[in-house]
Amino acid sequence: MYTASDLRKGLKIQIDNEPYIIIDFQFSKPGKGQSLYRCKLKNMISGIIFDRTYRSGDTFQPAAIEERKMQYLYSQNDQACFMDTENYEQVFLTDEQLGDAKNFLIDNLDVSILFFDDKPIGITLPNFVDMEVIKGDPWAKGDSVTGDTKPVTVESGYELRVPPFVEKGDRITIDTRTGQYVTRVKG
Amino acid sequence: MDKEQKRLEQKKDALRKRAKIIQAIRDFFVENDYLEIETPYIIPAPAPEAYIETVRAGNSYLHPSPELCMKRILAAGYKKIFQICKCFRAKERGGLHLPEFTMLEWYSVNTDYMDLMEDCENLVSSVSKKINGRLFVPYRNRLIDLTPPWERLTVRDAFSLFASIDPETAIRQDCFDEIMSFKIEQHLGIKKPTFLYDYPSSCASLARIKSTDQTVAERCELFISGIEISNGFSELTDPQEQETRFRQETKKMQGLGISPYPTPKNFLSALKHMPKAAGMALGIDRLVMILTDKDRIDDIVAFTPESL
Repeated sequence: MYTASDLRKGLKIQIDNEPYIIIDFQFSKPGKGQSLYRCKLKNMISGIIFDRTYRSGDTFQPAAIEERKMQYLYSQNDQACFMDTENYEQVFLTDEQLGDAKNFLIDNLDVSILFFDDKPIGITLPNFVDMEVIKGDPWAKGDSVTGDTKPVTVESGYELRVPPFVEKGDRITIDTRTGQYVTRVKG
Repeated sequence: MDKEQKRLEQKKDALRKRAKIIQAIRDFFVENDYLEIETPYIIPAPAPEAYIETVRAGNSYLHPSPELCMKRILAAGYKKIFQICKCFRAKERGGLHLPEFTMLEWYSVNTDYMDLMEDCENLVSSVSKKINGRLFVPYRNRLIDLTPPWERLTVRDAFSLFASIDPETAIRQDCFDEIMSFKIEQHLGIKKPTFLYDYPSSCASLARIKSTDQTVAERCELFISGIEISNGFSELTDPQEQETRFRQETKKMQGLGISPYPTPKNFLSALKHMPKAAGMALGIDRLVMILTDKDRIDDIVAFTPESL
């Protein structure tokens, strides 16, 4: 059980049987008045965000969120399949649950799957993934020394902009939090 | 340089300025014939206040403010006193709050809350002149004019102006603090500092009720750029009335599941000797934030609880 003074950014609590994460938090206390805890809460299943103010004395249940290390296997019919490498149990997340994460799923990628009440509800990717460029115009020398970028497509079908020297067949590192190019992988 | 060295190195300018501000505050009071005093941090019986959680120290408490001891000194015949000390309030932590913070309190006899507002104007403008060389303070991309006189606004007017509700209704609907915090404070002290005054009588357990309007207490708060800087009032000097209010506050604490404090008997018996007086408590950390243009209290102290 949490009390109001435990509230902070990142804390996961349960309201009306749904898990919420506090994405913004502000403590205030008008002179001689009560402590007020203003929270921006995000529903971890629906993604809906709202503000709510709590007072000291309010109590909360921790959200029964569990994170399990799993591996990405394959995608089919707007669903992606993940496997627990210890007990071989398989679970599915819909494209909607995956959100932008589906752009960075490559075979055998190690990810964390979030469970609420033993049901999979979301995914945490590694911050960086390496992917192969499967489509992109070749580098015409002299094309650009000015730091221009060009569009390429990586193996998941995701499109992003990269420096002109990156070519089809190259492997590149992408930051999954921003979706942006980081570097070309040597070798 | 490791992380800790870097963190403290970055604070050097702010900490230097902080020291100068505290020195300037001290000079102001000494020049105005106030006696600097010290009172114990460990006290057996704090004033019961339902919304201030104290820190235990064995069978005693770390004082949440030096108020009770300072008033005992006034009751013994001292005329003008001030103190700069640490105060302790459990679980108060945020961009404007530290559970251990630095408080300035001053008291003088034969004065009331109107005099306190003037004291604030004189103190803060004199400190700013000494520190920054001028009366205009840049704070968060705005320029605040500290030239006295400052704005004065009753709590009733502030509620009607910014929330279209009267304070009594807000208290009845149990949303007074929320309205104050989220609808009113942000508008106060923007171009010039603002005093909010005449608080509902239920919002001031140690303040005198106004003789011309029994619904309000002679209490005022200073705001600069939406931040509460100080709180003061004409002191309640009637021991019977004070005891009654302590009892009511203790009842409120019990309702919230907080175990009651011992009655501050020595304070109550001193009160019968106390002359008419007024006293102000000012958060030095927050004043330093304003004068150094910092938006978090963390930026103007060497250590926060998290960095220990």
